[in-house]
Formats: sequence, structure tokens, C-alpha cells
Amino acid sequence: MPDDASSMQESNKFRAILWELRIAIALVLICVYLSMATDHFLTTRNLINVLRQVSVNGLLSIGMTFIILTGGIDLSVGSMLAFGGVVTASFVSNAYKDVPSINPFHAICLGLLAGTVLGAVNGLVISKMRVTPFIMTLGMLSIARGMTYIYTNGMPITDLDKTFLQIGQGFFEPWGVRLLPWPVVIFLLAFAIAWVVLYRMKFGRYVYAVGGNARSARISGINVGFIIFMVYAISGFLCALAGVLLTARTSAGLPQAGVSYELDAIAAVVIGGTSMTGGKGPLIGTLLGVILIGVINSGLDQLSVSSYYQQVCKGLIIVGAVMLDYFQSDGER
Amino acid sequence: MTATQTGRDVILRMDNADKRFHGVHALKGVSIELGRGEVHAICGENGAGKSTLMKILMGVYSADSGTMYLNGKPVHFLSPRQALDAGIAIIEQELTPIPDMTVAENIFLGREPMVAGLFVNYRELNRMALEVLARIEVNIDPHRKMKTLSVAEVQLVEIAKALSYDSQVLIMDEPTSALGEKETDILFEIIHSLKEQGKGIFYISHRLKEIFRIADVVTILRDGEYIATRRTSGLDQDTLVSLMISRKLEGQYIKGNVPTLTPLLQVRDLVKRGRHEPISLELRRGEILGIYGLVGAGRSEFLESLFGVVKPDGGEILLNGKRASHRTPYDSIKNGVAFVTEDRKNSGLALILSVKDNATITSVRKYHRGPFVNRRRERDDVSRAIDFFSIKTPSERQLVRNLSGGNQQKVVLGRWLLSRPTILLMDEPTRGIDVGAKREIYRFMSDFASAGNGVIMVSSELPEIIGMADRILVFKDGRLSGEAARGEATEERLMQMAT
Repeated sequence: MPDDASSMQESNKFRAILWELRIAIALVLICVYLSMATDHFLTTRNLINVLRQVSVNGLLSIGMTFIILTGGIDLSVGSMLAFGGVVTASFVSNAYKDVPSINPFHAICLGLLAGTVLGAVNGLVISKMRVTPFIMTLGMLSIARGMTYIYTNGMPITDLDKTFLQIGQGFFEPWGVRLLPWPVVIFLLAFAIAWVVLYRMKFGRYVYAVGGNARSARISGINVGFIIFMVYAISGFLCALAGVLLTARTSAGLPQAGVSYELDAIAAVVIGGTSMTGGKGPLIGTLLGVILIGVINSGLDQLSVSSYYQQVCKGLIIVGAVMLDYFQSDGER
Repeated sequence: MTATQTGRDVILRMDNADKRFHGVHALKGVSIELGRGEVHAICGENGAGKSTLMKILMGVYSADSGTMYLNGKPVHFLSPRQALDAGIAIIEQELTPIPDMTVAENIFLGREPMVAGLFVNYRELNRMALEVLARIEVNIDPHRKMKTLSVAEVQLVEIAKALSYDSQVLIMDEPTSALGEKETDILFEIIHSLKEQGKGIFYISHRLKEIFRIADVVTILRDGEYIATRRTSGLDQDTLVSLMISRKLEGQYIKGNVPTLTPLLQVRDLVKRGRHEPISLELRRGEILGIYGLVGAGRSEFLESLFGVVKPDGGEILLNGKRASHRTPYDSIKNGVAFVTEDRKNSGLALILSVKDNATITSVRKYHRGPFVNRRRERDDVSRAIDFFSIKTPSERQLVRNLSGGNQQKVVLGRWLLSRPTILLMDEPTRGIDVGAKREIYRFMSDFASAGNGVIMVSSELPEIIGMADRILVFKDGRLSGEAARGEATEERLMQMAT
């Protein structure tokens, strides 16, 4: 029965490909539906808007993917975002008298440094003192938020430098052609770099190896503690970058920015097919997960679905994505 | 099929079981019969389909085709629960006790006697557990927590649990792999009494001696195919092995060269408190140095200190006469040392990663082209490792989880070969591996040593260590208790030094 066997293999292969593309397919179906059901969905303006909106969650989700691949979790992303944002804002504000106004580029670097330091503290405590990631980052969620309020006295930092605002509101215009908003460009660039790091450099192999089996990784000569330290520091950096973009987009350093953003970031990673136990999952899935969440938020808005129902809908999608995983494996494991 | 013998009292019959996994044809129309009061061994190399067949009998997998008859009636189990209710119980190779529950709670998990349908009747529960344990003459307090039990005791509790279902059919998958000699004797007595009670037993083991000792009938599988069913009384070990591997074995152990006198590695007073006493030894170029000892004698702990998995408290290591620091595995690997650990699933491999990612994880740092991984060189090396050890895998991207034990071990070896070591530390290198793969590993060890390298091999299998090692050191209670050169070592002598 060679014919039978080969046709069975063919159909298995086809199913495997369908499975690989499941999020992309879901995304396309939703987009097709929305462009028929609403007038505005399929306009360049709206699509660019969606991309602009997802770029903040996108940056958080990239860092979250690295961390979840090692088997960890980062609950403090929203707080680190806020801290990085207000630090930068304080240095580009004309109204904030406690610190001098400096060159926006330097101000951004300071904000990124602040976020990276917080992330590095997460990484240091988790890798050296063996505090579980959930507890450490839960603590950092509160610590960094508190620090943000202390730093700002709980008040928004306004009156920001006009050049600085460009990074959140302006467009990337090569040769005078208005292409994409800066936040989108920065997000896609960060994604490309993360992809190269994860799949073309040894660091990425080590991330997967640590998540796959930390003991085996250690015996293979990998400095497991260093890899864990690095992924949290990377997350801190990307959170601060997201905070800078958000600050520039909203024209203010808001101490309450990013509250509960960790939920959307974790959701995007999970929908993208990354395993919560680490070692398994594609970064491209996270990109699709981020866009899927963005499209649904914007689509449901345009369908005038109340935001209460939107939350229910998002929750169902998260659980549904993981349930699919179960059915795919025939419930064997 | 040849298994059919008319007039036999058959409990369980499987006709033409066929199963495929993602394109792998794991079982090709296998038929088997189990008689009342019969111990029926299933033999075959890793990947021959033994476990798949047993999992189909237990309802863990459902066969793509084939029919199963229990007491003459066709049955089809959709879950292990249904198989259990019908009287088929399994004692799995990998034990899964709940560590914080007591012995009694583990045995009757999900079947606890209740008071008023709400509360567990602990007194009754413990009494029932005591009764089941007494039935197999095992003396374990049912109140003890599972985590306080030795591996052998856990195994015995699992057997008690399987019996507590009043099963007619028992499946034992490598039941003695964690047992010492004494516990094995107890298990075999239990099996004898089960036979007398008219139960049927499927017995899977790599230890051929056991099969001749305990089994009445043996069915041989190879590459998912049914090969033969024979009575053990009319069979000898060589014939059985040749049926299993379809190629004749010459002498099983191979060690080609004679070691030189040049020291490759010298260890002086290496000590780790609470794990092993100060140990000094020397490994010479071309030598396979065996380390024998009972479980808990500190052999694996010593290797871990030597490789830098744990940081030793004192002592020094000399490589080619020069002092070397092995503070982490990374240092050791850089110095050309490789470590094949005892437990490939826990510390050897990342099961959810691919063959490629597992094989290159120690050497990926060498494939650099600027900051990037040179993927062509990486791929070349992986296919070289796959060819070298003839690892059976559909592709380098296959997940290691889906390979058989022998092939998994070859992936571990391939990984270390790619790191180009001169010293190979091997902890129980052939545990749970079939005969064919064992031989390939022995050949590799011999070739590796002949090239002027050195091997330190920890093993609990006396014939293996006597056959392979040029010199054997014996560990007892964390210290060196004796040494024997090739030719002087006998099983009796080594046992004496170890106890």
C-alpha cells in the first residue's frame, strides 16, 4: 500500500503546514471579515493606525518572548515602561524644573538605561538568588511603579521638547516619501534585530537550550545564570523603549502609563504559540499575536462593540489558542 | 500466526496491531497472545515497538487497525482507565509517584474508601494498603510519604498498586531497572505467585538473563515487525539476541589498543564534603579507566566534581602535567573534557528541542562567522554526527523526544564528539539501551581511546566494566577502596572491594 502511505504522509504534511500557519490564517480571516463588515477597516490610514497602536505592546512582547522561552515570566513590564518613560520625559520637559533639559537623544538614552537597570536587577536576583521569576517581577511591578510616582510626585510631566515628540508622532519619510510612523519603524527594527539574535547568533540557541533543559544546558558549558540575567535586562531595555515611544505619542510622561500592559504582552506570546514552560515557540508567532490583538481591539471598536465585551473576547482568544494546542497533539501529552 | 496454540487458555489476544506516528510506522501488523498463568516476555531493541504495543493494550494509544480480544470478546479501550477497569494494569518504566502523598494514598489514588461519600476513611485506607503490601510480602509502612522511599521501594509500591486492581493481566516495563539483586529476587517471587493465581504477565526487559529466569514464552519484535514467538525452554541467549538484531554478535566487548604510560589526566585529593572523600587517580593516554561501586558510593558525585558541575572544596587537576582549573563545565569543555551524564532525560538532553539543536549546543560557539552562527558548518557537523553514530532519525529537525533511548544516547555522544574532547567521562553510558546500540557505543569508546585519548567510565554492570576497562577503580562510601588491572578483575573480586 505504498500509494496509501505516501498520500497519508502528504496529508500529514499539509496538516502540519496549516498548523504552522494557524495564527496567520486566523489573522487573515478576521481582516477579511472586518473589511466587509466595516467601511473604515481596510483603509491605509486605519491599518497604519493599528500598527502604531500595537508597536508599544509589540516591544514588550519581544522581551517577554525571550523571557518565556527561558521558562520565566516578567510581570513588571508595564511599570518599567512607565519608569523609562518618565525619566526620559523629565529630561526633555521645559516644565519639569528638578532636572535640566538636555539633548533629546541623550534623554532617551538615560530613559533606556533606567529601564535596563531595572530589568537587570530582575535578572540578577532571579539568576543569583534563585527567587522565582513570578515573585521577583511581581515585586518589581510594585517597586518600579512606586519609583515612578516618587520621581514624578504623581503628576504627569508635560511641555516636552518638540523634536522629541517626533519619535512618537512623526513619520519616517525617506526621500520625502511618507512611509510609516516612527514607532512602527522602531518596533519592526527591534523585531528584526531580535529575530537575528534569536535565530542567527549563539545567544538565541542558548536561550532555547536553557528553556529546554537548564541542567543539560549547564553541563553543556552554557552559563545559564548569564543567559537568564540577559533576557531580563533585554526586557527592561525594550520596556523603556516602549515607554519613550508612548511618552512621545501622548506628549506627556504619565506615571500611570502601562498599567496591566503585562497581560497583553503575555497574551501575544501565548497566542503566538510559545510554550509557558520554555524552550519552544517562534518569535514570528509573537509578531502575529501582537497584530492579532491589535486588529481585534480596533475591529471591535469599529463594530461598536462595548469595551466590556472586548475584554471577554480577548480572553476567549487566549484560552482558545492554547486549547488548539491540546487538540493538535490529540490530547496525547 | 505462530503464536496460536490450540487448547491454550488465552486471556488476551491482539490481532494485527498497526500504528503510525507522524509518518513513522511504529507497529506493523503485530499479533500476540497471552495465556493464563503465563509470563510472556517481549524482546527487541529500542524502537522495536515494545512500548507502543503495550500502550495500545493499555488504551494509551489507539491502534490504527487491529483487534484485541479479552477472554475471547473483542474490546477497544479508549483510555487507560477503561483498560484498568477491564483488568489490565501496567507498571511503567518511569515511575510517577506523588512525592508528598503517603504510600496508602498513592496505591488507592482515586479509589479511596469514603465515609458518607465525602470524607476519606484513612483507617480503612491504611488497612487496605497494608493488606495489598502483605500480599506481596513487602514490609513498607503505608503511612510513609513516597518521597522518603528508595527507588526500589517505590517500584514495589507501584507493583502493589497494580495488583490492588485485581487485574488479570499485568504489564511490567523494565521493572528491575531500578532494583538491586535482593529486590529483584522479591519481585520474581511475586511474579511466581501471580502465575499460580492464574494471572498473565507481559514482561519487558533488556536484561536477557532475567527473561530466561522468569519468562515462559518470549515474543521478539524488530523495527515494529513481529519476528517470532518461542518458548524460553527451547531457546538460548545467543539465538534470542540474533533474532532481536538480525546480525550475529561476535564478542560483545571491544577494546582494541593497549594503553600507554603517559598520563593524560591526574587528579590529586579532589574532595567535596558530603559527596565524596579526597580522591586521587591518573588516566593515561589510550586508556579506558573503569569506576565500579554500588549505588551511592560517590562515583557520579566524583565525576561531577571533576567536570565542575559542583565546585570541589579542594584538590587539584592536572591535564598533560599542567594545572587546570575546572570551576564550571565551560572550563572543562574548553580543556577538552566531555561528560556523558547518567540520566539523559534530566541532565543530558533537552527533549523538546531538535536533534540538531541538541547536538550542536556545546560546539555552536565554534561556528562563528562574525557575530553570527555559520549555519552551513553547523549543518555539516550535525550530519557528520548523525552518520558517525548512525542515529536513526527522519531528519536533523526531529525532536529528540521522538527518538528511542539508544538513539537519544547517540545524540548525546554526537554532541560531545563535536566538541572534540580528549577526555571522555561517561556515567552509565549504556543504561537502558539495546544490544545493537551498546555495541556501537563500545566500539566508539575503543576507537576513541586508541586515538590517544582517555575515557573514564562509571558502570554498575560488572560484565561491561570488566570487558571494557583497562583498569578498574572501586569506590565505596565516597572513597577509593581498591584497584584491579585488566586480567585481574573478576566479578567476585570487584564485588568484594565494593561491599
